[in-house]
Amino acid sequence: MADDNKKNLDHLFVLTEDNQQSNEKINRPVTTFLQDAFRSLRRNVAAMISLVVLIIIIVMAAFGGQMNEYDSTTQNLSWAKMPPKVQGLENIGWLGLDGTDSETIEASTVEAAKERGLARFKNDEEHITFDVKSEGDGTEDSAKVVATHDVYASKDMEDTYFWFGTDGLGRDLWTRTWEGTRISLFIAFLAAAIDLVIGVAYGGISGYYGGRADNVMQRIIEIITGIPNLVVLILMIIIMGSGIVSISLALAITGWTGMARIVRGEVLKLKNQEFVLASRTLGAPNGRIISRHLIPNVASLIIINTMFTIPSAIFFEAFLSFIGLGLQPPTASLGTLIDDGFKSLTTYPHMLIFPAILISVIMIAFNLLGDGLRDAFDPKMRK
Amino acid sequence: MKKILDVKNLNVSFNTYGGEVKAVRGVNFDLHKGETLAIVGESGSGKSVTTKALMGLLPKPHGYVKEGEILFEDKDIAKLSEKELQKIRGKDLSMIFQDPMTSLNPTMKVGTQIMEGLIKHQKMSKTQAKERALELLKLVKIPNAEERIKQYPHQFSGGMRQRVVVAIALACNPKVLIADEPTTALDVTIQAQILDLMKDIQKKTDSSIIFITHDLGVVANVADRVAVMYAGKIVEIGTVDEIFYNPKHPYTWGLLGSMPTLDSDDSELYAIPGTPPDLLNPPKGDAFAPRNQFAMDIDFEEQPPMFKVSDTHYAATWLLDERAPKIDPPESVQKRIDSMASNDGKGDM
Amino acid sequence: MARYILQRLGYMIITLFIIATVSFFLMKLMPGSPLGAAQEKLSESQLEIVLDKYGLNDPIPVQYYTYMKNLVQGDLGVSFQFDNREVTGILLDRFGPSLQLGLQALILGSVIGILFGLIAAVYHNGVIDFTSTIIAVLGTSIPSFVFAGLLQYYIGVKLEWLPVATWDGFEYSILPTIALAIFPLATSARFMRTEMVEVLGSDFITTARAKGVGKFGVVFKHGLRNALIPLITIMGPMAVSLLTGTLVIEKIFGVPGIGDQFVNSITQNDYPIIMGTTLFFAFFFILVILIIDILYGIVDPRIRLTGGDK
Ligand SMILES: Nc1ncnc2c1ncn2[C@@H]1O[C@H](COP(=O)(O)OP(=O)(O)OP(=O)(O)O)[C@@H](O)[C@H]1O
Ligand SMILES: [Mg+2]
Repeated sequence: MADDNKKNLDHLFVLTEDNQQSNEKINRPVTTFLQDAFRSLRRNVAAMISLVVLIIIIVMAAFGGQMNEYDSTTQNLSWAKMPPKVQGLENIGWLGLDGTDSETIEASTVEAAKERGLARFKNDEEHITFDVKSEGDGTEDSAKVVATHDVYASKDMEDTYFWFGTDGLGRDLWTRTWEGTRISLFIAFLAAAIDLVIGVAYGGISGYYGGRADNVMQRIIEIITGIPNLVVLILMIIIMGSGIVSISLALAITGWTGMARIVRGEVLKLKNQEFVLASRTLGAPNGRIISRHLIPNVASLIIINTMFTIPSAIFFEAFLSFIGLGLQPPTASLGTLIDDGFKSLTTYPHMLIFPAILISVIMIAFNLLGDGLRDAFDPKMRK
Repeated sequence: MKKILDVKNLNVSFNTYGGEVKAVRGVNFDLHKGETLAIVGESGSGKSVTTKALMGLLPKPHGYVKEGEILFEDKDIAKLSEKELQKIRGKDLSMIFQDPMTSLNPTMKVGTQIMEGLIKHQKMSKTQAKERALELLKLVKIPNAEERIKQYPHQFSGGMRQRVVVAIALACNPKVLIADEPTTALDVTIQAQILDLMKDIQKKTDSSIIFITHDLGVVANVADRVAVMYAGKIVEIGTVDEIFYNPKHPYTWGLLGSMPTLDSDDSELYAIPGTPPDLLNPPKGDAFAPRNQFAMDIDFEEQPPMFKVSDTHYAATWLLDERAPKIDPPESVQKRIDSMASNDGKGDM
Repeated sequence: MARYILQRLGYMIITLFIIATVSFFLMKLMPGSPLGAAQEKLSESQLEIVLDKYGLNDPIPVQYYTYMKNLVQGDLGVSFQFDNREVTGILLDRFGPSLQLGLQALILGSVIGILFGLIAAVYHNGVIDFTSTIIAVLGTSIPSFVFAGLLQYYIGVKLEWLPVATWDGFEYSILPTIALAIFPLATSARFMRTEMVEVLGSDFITTARAKGVGKFGVVFKHGLRNALIPLITIMGPMAVSLLTGTLVIEKIFGVPGIGDQFVNSITQNDYPIIMGTTLFFAFFFILVILIIDILYGIVDPRIRLTGGDK
């Protein structure tokens, strides 16, 4: 057997002709940077889910308000603070979408607890049900009763549905929430856009021209970043008043330095690379070199940075509303809705829940997408 | 001479996203007391991985010894637990790394870094350890040791840092010292000093050294034996004289041919064409075949066994098979070998 | 080192000067009377007296000079709302709760965050790593007021474990501290993990292992210190986030701190307090950055020397 093998191999002991060609096989298939980046982005589950979620939210922000018959501004005080109720989901108790308010009451006896329950819901006996959790023995707070008030029935509105409930002025919160989302997103996108234009222009010019111009421009940035954003933001809003545009402007003015720094750094790096030098020797004007060669190369960095600017703008818009510098009513934004919600958090938590969930989801989704983009486009992290 | 280390059929793999990288594929060698074994080979050939396996320093869990034994004083290092390894590392086996700029802890005083091993392995008190650390610093010829011992690595130059690394490695009089390109990052004069230092210390302590390098000049200077690695295998092993004056493997020819010497002009340099194989899917036959000017058809079909040239000299190439045509090293390489022989192996320093 | 600190102090003073100047002139541009609503209650002659008293009739440059002179002496003017109380006094009164809240949150957040990040890095790609990644994403994304709302409703209102609001002893500070600590916790966990993974992969860790140092020594003696040093760089952003956070958290939980005061004066257009607080924030922020810089120099031996004092 071993001998057989030896015989069979004998003919192989000759020099292989023209061996160099086999080297070609070693190379891996060439993929471009962009293809690679997009492939790794597509494989990032969290980023992809975030993208889908964001698209859904943006579509809802555009059209969600028109999905029921209510508008966002009509007030009807007799409908004030009604809890959420959704067709089909009203029988699933734990969702809390059944159009009832309920409260757990503790007292020394069941009777006393029930009495307080009645008082809590305006003695509307007909529409209150009690669920006795603990009979009690006469000592303080030993009896425990859950009082549930069917708000829609008490107002004779069994066939009405406010999906997210209503606010203190009887306005439909579904409509207001989506319109608020629209405004918040609009402010964030606008701020990010202004940010981008200023930052790219400033950073591009500073990095491209270099020398003394760069020096002066960098000192200016240093001083600006020394001033806390919060201070600038608040002063700006106090001076300009708070409207969609002024908030966006204030946000952009505090935010562009980051973008400018990134762009400048990248431009400096790219500036001396061959293709730029080549077109320069061919006499292309500076402006054209910036827009044709440099900007496309820093595009991925700009996109990634913007992905982080947007959620931070959304946060600061809400923050401003919260400290009393937000949009004026009746305009709603996620921030003003959350601010309103807090005012009756202990008794009507539904007013806070929906905008709070929405703003959290938006922030998480943008951050995850931004992380995903950064991982995909940053060659250092790529294997 | 007493055999101190015996590596048998060592296979090391890494699990990566792309699949299993077979970085070391069946390596055999041994090491005797007091001798210096050099391992040479181009980048990525598995030199560092081999030595990391010897130290039990493979990055767990994705790097692991897949097969084989590493016998050190009758114990198989590949099978020891982390706790047992910790007792051997720094005491019996110690290591010097390539880059002195990064291999010292930047936030710990140099003295503390030397004392650490002493306190752990030799159960010394702090004062004893400090005394010994001072001795060691003097041994590696660091002036002003009393002051220096209190300083941080960034206050040392590159060459001095490497001396500190040597001092750390020598602290507990190890039986085997592994030096992974200890001089690559240093400039030439410092290189020579570090090498002299190592030779000097070896003479005093009679330890064995495994010396990894790209630089064949250094090999000629320090080593007793040489192992040539390619794509995770040892392709030729022998004494320095055998490897330098009677090389058998075409890859060794390539290495010798590409070694610049003082008395040859650079146009004669012989470069090995192509790039090393992808260790994710090593080729079926001889991994060097695609780059081998003297490849035979058999090279693409089967891996060559180790052919014995002499008692100490082995090479894995089908050219040594009795059926193969007789091939001599290319002329430029042969000339190089002859000139080295006439210079008695010293002209290359 | 001393020269370095002096230089930084110089920068700090320049920045503060710019902020003070800009905010002074911005305030002068502000629509409406500086006296706010109080003005309506005053007759023409009373108003004149009040304006005179506050020097509001002087030419702008004179007002600016007086303002700056007072500022240097730590005098931020008087509030129009609180019976002419000094702004500096009001701020100092309110400083205590804010400081306590901020410090508690910073310590709680960073200690837990660092531990989380450390464990996540050591058991890289394990369950804890995954959990801490999720915590980091949630903690850095979800706004602090949403957390505050959740805590207030579930722990305060529903479970009644802790007081919902106001400030009357340590247990009152627990919920706001937690709400405020989430962001520093998440940021430091995330940063620590990345940093520690990198440090544990570096050459000197291999050197330490080659010496026979055990796992504990590798992680704590060699790894931790090197990973902690860069953590100082995110202390600045963290301090800012705490500052921003106190504004909303103090409002939500009714904590009588500077943030709460600030939000109130915005609603009441009390310009001197707004200005004073703004300057105070700016001063505080810049001071924190300075301290962080100096701290960095002390902790990192590499920087200590380049400072050049020895
Ligand atoms: N942690 C790791 N994960 C995956 N693959 C690895 C790892 N470490 C080494 N390898 C692979 O093992 C092979 C051998 O690497 P090794 O570091 O031993 O090369 P080397 O001969 O020391 O090269 P050099 O001269 O450049 O130091 C390489 O192909 C490398 O890609
Ligand atoms: Mg190596």
